[in-house]
Amino acid sequence: MKKNINLVNVFALLSLLAVGGGTAVLPQMKYETVTLHQWLSAVQFTDFYSLGQLSPGPNMNMVALIGYKVSGFTGALLVLIAFYLPSCTFAFTIGKIWDHFEGSPWRDAVQRGMAPITVGLMLSGVYAIGRTATFNLDHSNRHNLTTVAITLIVTLILLIRHVNPALLILAGGIVGWFALRLI
Amino acid sequence: MPEREAARREGCFRFAQKQHPGGSLRTGKRVVNELPPPAVRLAKIFWVFLYIGATSFGGGLVAYLREHLVDRQRWLDEDQFLASLEIGETVPGLISTNVSVIVGSRLGGIRGAIAAAAGIIVPGAIAVFGLGLFYAHFKGNPEVAAGLSGVGAAAVGLILAVTLQIGHRELAFGSDLAILASAFLLVGVWHISLVPVLVVLAPIAIWANRPAPAELEAYHARQAAFHAQLAAHHGELARDKANAKGPAAS
Repeated sequence: MKKNINLVNVFALLSLLAVGGGTAVLPQMKYETVTLHQWLSAVQFTDFYSLGQLSPGPNMNMVALIGYKVSGFTGALLVLIAFYLPSCTFAFTIGKIWDHFEGSPWRDAVQRGMAPITVGLMLSGVYAIGRTATFNLDHSNRHNLTTVAITLIVTLILLIRHVNPALLILAGGIVGWFALRLI
Repeated sequence: MPEREAARREGCFRFAQKQHPGGSLRTGKRVVNELPPPAVRLAKIFWVFLYIGATSFGGGLVAYLREHLVDRQRWLDEDQFLASLEIGETVPGLISTNVSVIVGSRLGGIRGAIAAAAGIIVPGAIAVFGLGLFYAHFKGNPEVAAGLSGVGAAAVGLILAVTLQIGHRELAFGSDLAILASAFLLVGVWHISLVPVLVVLAPIAIWANRPAPAELEAYHARQAAFHAQLAAHHGELARDKANAKGPAAS
């Protein structure tokens, strides 16, 4: 019961803190679930995140796996509701009244002001996952070399060409399987 | 009933066109709720979003949403979609689910919003669950672990590319860079909770971008002019109604 309440508290707060998308809350999510509550390890967190990238739809559905690990199906369901309901309610309300602020100079100020914060937080999310997935001090040099190469090549391809990211994620998995299974 | 609905939409549209050809009543910019939405059945809303939720692999969900909602179903035009996206990016939460909720509510009120959100979330949640069971079953298998390491590294590349693209598009000034670096250091490196960081950084960033006094004055003048125009329009409507009734009654 206590665990369920904690789950709902953690993910409902994260829902409202996700300015500019899910990547922004990855550092705090990792901190709360791995370091603070110790519901899972850092490697499991990154693995769950990878599983989320392999599935369709919003890329943060992996929160359900954290909920499941902590308290089964109830946990998964509670986490999904806690993570989506607050922000969706907020979006619904703002969507209704948004046109009322059409053309307000303050609305532009909010958008312009929040943009660099959003990008900074997204970068934090990249860093939080990257420290485990791309450059992990617990891994061998060869392992890190491979994962850094995969990350950089995927980044470059996406910056240069318009490729379906799903294909690159799959390709990353295949390269990882070939190069990393014997290390 | 459909004819009366069509006439109502046409009337609203003509008024909008008369005031500001090709745009919003107030500013000529993008709007969301101005024109009445097309009538769509709730089940249809759910199925379309369910289809998007089940087929949108590899992130970039917004592009899938645009393709289905604008190009295939024609539920919104490009500008309305961009306006919904603008809201979805500004309010907290995942951009994709926010846009789904906003479009769903436009099409079918609160029930439409729920149908859209459920449709977009459920397939991925089930898929991630299946993968989770697979993961638990093969726990410790070096081949699966190796493949997943590759997937994780590629996923970092994906979010890094998205971050760089957004950063390149959105950021123009040196002061932006200072805010960006503060957010990154506070949250990413020093692990300070998002609540105090946002409470402190957001007002500073918004204040740094505050509108010039002249801009605010011009806006208030436009608002006043718009309300005067609207009142005149309503007066006109009332007169038309009275005139239409007059001959019929006699």
